[in-house]
Amino acid sequence: MNMTLFQILNGLTFAALLFVVASGFTLIFGLMRIVNLAHGALYLLGGYFALAVATKTGSFTLAVLGAAAGIAVVGFIIDRALLVFVKGFDLRQVLLTLGLALAMNDLALVIWGGDTFSVPTPEWLRGPLRYGEMAYPKYRLFVLAVGIAVFAGLWLLLNRTRLGALIRAGVDDAEIVDAMGVDIKRVFVFTFMLGAALAGLGGALGGAFLSLYPTADSEILVFSLAVVIIGGRGSLAGAAIGSLLVAMLANFGQVWFPELAYFVIFGPMALLLAFRPLGLFGKAA
Amino acid sequence: MMTPARRFAYSLAGLVALAAVPTLFPGYHTSLATEMLIFAVLAMSIDILAGYAGRTPLCHGAIFGVATYVVLYYVTVEQGNPWVAVGLGILAATLTAVVFALLAIRTSGVYFLLLTLALGMVVWGVCNRWTSVTGGENGLRGTVRPEWLADQADLYYFVLAATSAAALGMWRFVNSPFGLTLRGIRESEPRMRTLGYNVPLHLFIGFVVSGFFAGVAGALYAFFNSFVSPSTVALAQSVEGLLMAIVGGVGTLFGGLVGAFLIIALENVVSSWTERWSMVLGLMFVFTMIFAPEGVLGKVRAVLGRRARPIPPRNS
Repeated sequence: MNMTLFQILNGLTFAALLFVVASGFTLIFGLMRIVNLAHGALYLLGGYFALAVATKTGSFTLAVLGAAAGIAVVGFIIDRALLVFVKGFDLRQVLLTLGLALAMNDLALVIWGGDTFSVPTPEWLRGPLRYGEMAYPKYRLFVLAVGIAVFAGLWLLLNRTRLGALIRAGVDDAEIVDAMGVDIKRVFVFTFMLGAALAGLGGALGGAFLSLYPTADSEILVFSLAVVIIGGRGSLAGAAIGSLLVAMLANFGQVWFPELAYFVIFGPMALLLAFRPLGLFGKAA
Repeated sequence: MMTPARRFAYSLAGLVALAAVPTLFPGYHTSLATEMLIFAVLAMSIDILAGYAGRTPLCHGAIFGVATYVVLYYVTVEQGNPWVAVGLGILAATLTAVVFALLAIRTSGVYFLLLTLALGMVVWGVCNRWTSVTGGENGLRGTVRPEWLADQADLYYFVLAATSAAALGMWRFVNSPFGLTLRGIRESEPRMRTLGYNVPLHLFIGFVVSGFFAGVAGALYAFFNSFVSPSTVALAQSVEGLLMAIVGGVGTLFGGLVGAFLIIALENVVSSWTERWSMVLGLMFVFTMIFAPEGVLGKVRAVLGRRARPIPPRNS
């Protein structure tokens, strides 16, 4: 099969996974001004949750849903039990979530150990999909489909529902929304849980093809950061384009300069920042 | 403000007390004190940016580790002279800081933090993957310090001298007119710009100087540890250095010394009965942010009602 096409597909499927994770990150960042550095840890935890559910029940669907729901609950706890104390202080919020990321990563190490795990995939997603001469792993195509579905779902939620209108209004001016009689706090809590759930979903999906190991959280976090820095805070389209760029660069970087792959991602990011400090779709706060 | 005479007396008393460590607590505790001093330099270098320039960095573990890597590589692989290695290590760290600074000074607040975090992770990624040079996960190992520093106590005195010199240098730097300009930028960037100061240039120089001292700490660490692996440049290292600066109180410079002492001591105690240091570190960060964001020392001072107050960090 054509190697370049294969690589492009690899990039696309990785971009889909990245989008699922980074869209949650950018949602929380955009609306709540909270940079949740525990997002990577939530991803890893989501993967482990999915692994636990999958081994217990044998159902992949349940594993994915369970991971998303479980991480949403974890997100709720983080938001309500910890972040309330540092409300309104940007830097303290970031550093708090950073500490939390370290603690959660270590907790995962205690429970699941340092071994590499993969979330088992169901029978119908195993093996390659053949089309004429070409063959490509079904599972990765499935992830691509999920990524597109998440993009469509989030777009519809943000642009076509009342809740989405409230979220967008909250991004622009939370105080005015509050003054108009809307309980913006509930919108915030929901957004945080949704963002966390996306990290959990990403963990479950990624846990099957990138596998789960103790440093997976910081790797995905750095990729998500790059996506959001490139795409701009709180922008769905930015997250999508950022994911595509980062995934393609990461993928072709791996192939062409395996030892310096990180440079290949962050070089263009740095260049972009020199011209657009707020990212492609970023708006000044 | 302390009078110069009093400040001199305190510094002298502190130095005498530190100089007595190898005699009073030989062996393991001396080595622990050496580590404390090295990390104090790192914490103080972070404080130049976090406390004085109002830019909280998360890349100093990486800058520190670059120096450690270069020193170990030059001595163990290239069989070079240790002193040349130290020079090269500090140079490499400073150059890393130059690149980071060029990219990061345009941003501030949370964006600065994120960007420096990402840049630090690039260093980690390179150290992890570039196996032919860095040894990958296995890292680099070898005795790098010259023979006359082989003894634990001798190394301690050497590190004490270097730390004192670095601390004095940083103290002079932050209290120079240039340092005052940095503080002005922290308080209000537009105002400084209006007054005709070149804000990006000042931040750039502040960043590079901070990186230089982080490199000094990293080179000393190579002498001390004789080993380097990706965990030396990992995010946790930057986090730990920042926590030391915060616990000591940002904007106090010498608070970094106290923060490093407290955290290394705690790390030592915690590690003696559990392997969960990283969890303790993380939770400590969480609780510091909730209960004592102005630093544990600042908190203690505020509770005791003393007059000296650390400068509150910008928008935190």
